[in-house]
Amino acid sequence: MSFKQKVALAILGIAVAASLGAGLLAQSPYSEQFRDAISAPPSAHFWLGTDELGRDRFSRLLYGTRVSLLLAPAAALLATLIAALIGGAAGYLGGRWERFVTAGVDLFLSLPWLFLLLAVRALLPLNTSPVTSVIITFLLLGCLGWAAPARMIRAGTRMLVNSDFLVQASASGVSRWRLFWRHLLPNLRPILLAQFWISIPLFILSEANLGLLGLGVSEPLPSWGAMLRDLENYSAVLQNPWILAPAILLVAVVGCLQLLLRTEDSVAC
Amino acid sequence: MLTRSTRVRYKLMQFTMALALAGLAAASSASELRFCLRIDPKTFNPLLVEDDSSEAIRYLTGGVLIRLNRYTQELEGELATQWKVSENGRRIDFELRPGVRFSDGTPFTCEDVIYTMRLLMDPKMHSAVGDSFRSAPGPVESKCAGASAVTVRFPAPVAALALQFDQVAMLSAHSAAKEAAVLGPFELGEYKPGVYVLLRRNPNYWKRDASGRALPYLDSIRLDIQQNRELELLRFRRGELDIVNKLDPELYDRLSSEMPHAVVDAGPSLDWETVFFNQVENAPLPEYKRRWFRSDDFRRAISEGIRRDDLVRIVYRGHARAAVGPVSAANRFWLNPALQPASGSESAVLALLEHAGFHRSGSTLVDRDGNRVEFSMITNAGNKLHERTLALIQQDLARFGIQLNVVTLDFPSLVERISRTFNYEAVLMAFTNLDLDPSAQMNIWLSSAANHQWNPNQKTPATPWEAEIDKLMVAQAGSQDRTKRKTYFDRVQQIVADKVPMLFLVNPNALSAVSPNVKNVAPAALRPQIYWNADRLQIGGSLVSER
Repeated sequence: MSFKQKVALAILGIAVAASLGAGLLAQSPYSEQFRDAISAPPSAHFWLGTDELGRDRFSRLLYGTRVSLLLAPAAALLATLIAALIGGAAGYLGGRWERFVTAGVDLFLSLPWLFLLLAVRALLPLNTSPVTSVIITFLLLGCLGWAAPARMIRAGTRMLVNSDFLVQASASGVSRWRLFWRHLLPNLRPILLAQFWISIPLFILSEANLGLLGLGVSEPLPSWGAMLRDLENYSAVLQNPWILAPAILLVAVVGCLQLLLRTEDSVAC
Repeated sequence: MLTRSTRVRYKLMQFTMALALAGLAAASSASELRFCLRIDPKTFNPLLVEDDSSEAIRYLTGGVLIRLNRYTQELEGELATQWKVSENGRRIDFELRPGVRFSDGTPFTCEDVIYTMRLLMDPKMHSAVGDSFRSAPGPVESKCAGASAVTVRFPAPVAALALQFDQVAMLSAHSAAKEAAVLGPFELGEYKPGVYVLLRRNPNYWKRDASGRALPYLDSIRLDIQQNRELELLRFRRGELDIVNKLDPELYDRLSSEMPHAVVDAGPSLDWETVFFNQVENAPLPEYKRRWFRSDDFRRAISEGIRRDDLVRIVYRGHARAAVGPVSAANRFWLNPALQPASGSESAVLALLEHAGFHRSGSTLVDRDGNRVEFSMITNAGNKLHERTLALIQQDLARFGIQLNVVTLDFPSLVERISRTFNYEAVLMAFTNLDLDPSAQMNIWLSSAANHQWNPNQKTPATPWEAEIDKLMVAQAGSQDRTKRKTYFDRVQQIVADKVPMLFLVNPNALSAVSPNVKNVAPAALRPQIYWNADRLQIGGSLVSER
């Protein structure tokens, strides 16, 4: 691990630790509205000022980081597992099954994600708490985000299945089960890890995009996506640069994940 | 010394420059007003208008018999010099203005009025404007009563009959140009779908100013199709647009800090921001929630618990008025002055909730059966004002131990839930109100109406107070006595304030931006706020020739 990657890991660690310790670090609850201090500048009490409803931006950033940083990896894990199951099986079994999965993946990728999310979200029960709603949002992202990784995993599996060492193992009479567990899966691990790391920033950004459309995490729970909506007012950004904090944190986290991803890439290669 | 070829080139250059300068001069002398439409107009037929863009074009091109002056809120004769409503609102007689011609030169006669009314009331046309005249089945009789007089007789009394003609643009019975022949200040010049609509000055427009100069002053109006509000604002700042006809409070404040002389706050509009609970008989709701939503005390308590002043100050940045009922402060005649705004007092809310059988259990409110008071409120996604409003209401209600779950849905899903499946608990919606007259609200207050939002399409009124509203609305619509109508509608407003079927939150102000170059602007709270007097608007600096 290079120095840069160590720094990236440290930044990510601090971000995760701060979000987990939000209750200790934040001076006010994230949902409390200080209606006489709307859009207030940073102060001793409000380190990043308040938003347009008078809520403590620093507190919301910490809790929003918790939401985005904990749930995005969970969604990425779910997407990678589904992709491994479908893509891996297709690559391993080959033939009709592979053609069927490839066509299915192409069809799934051609679907307009946003409309699919809108439709699914509209079908959800209305009386879900904000926490449940955010979990459902990321669950949906995870369930819908498997197709692109599945394609990569299918290709990787196919390549491995046709590789000399597997052909030789197979010719030596190694059972299909042992072939899969002892030879194929360990060699697929770098691809799976790479897909997992790639999916995390993707889901963070997807939630941010949904937040921009007002369809992300529901009030009063904060998320990076919801907080990024404040940046739509660009003149407010110039006058109150501290509202850039969630954007800076998002860029930093995504950048750190990319830096760490290089390690996994190099392993994969 | 110049050679011959150099001299020729020099002369050519001079000639080209002269041409270019002449072109520039011509361009700058043409006075063109520019603003944006959100979407393409769906129709240019004035009788089929339903969307805002088509409405704008109808307003600018259509000639009407009677026009509501958006500023004074009084009716004024346009193509009709006089009119008289009789037979208890069943008949109207017009005296037509002589010497008026359509934009293509065809004379305007009583036959055009008869032709327009025939088309308007033809059921095959499915005209929304025609529907507002359709008070009972039966034919509408229109006949010429002399060279310049027309009588129109309806099968049953029509509420606010004269006012309804503000939306009826006259068509020519004889012109080959069909609906392209217009009587308004402008005519359709050019239309590029998705890009712009160009309206040109109607050379045969009948109106003149006090000095006898032919109107309109403008040569043309260019309506660019632009959905993106940010781009619209950017273009306004650059001077590429002259008007932004509707601004939200955030954009208004932003523009106000940069161009304080360009922004216009015309005060409260007729529009409402309102909340209502689902009271539909067969809605998929638990029985205990149905009981809450049908309790007058519960609805009043929720209404009282919402701090409207905070909504005005925080969400609307001061550019709204706390609503007291279904009539905005902008509607000077019809507002019931006896109505009081919700107090927002904590003790009043607690007393109402207690009276309705609710009590505190720890930090939460529960009903008499011990059910925790928690409900969802839906609104359309992407609407920042609504999302902020709900966030404030959420905290307002949390003071009383009520858990409000905020749900944002895409608009088609929202409409589906409130009008077809009735699978919702409460909703926050904006209502656009175009009309001053209470008859325009018949489709909301009549219990049998499809837009009686909280419990639509009732066969018989579900409650005695809804039955009383039905009677009062029918009575006011059938009367031609304005004072009596006001008395009836005042009572409707009082019942609505007492029973709170809809929680009226705020009336947002009519906010717009106008370039200082545009002269004779008289912003009004009624739509279209800025260009309602388009025939008298001028672009400053441009020479307006005598016409």
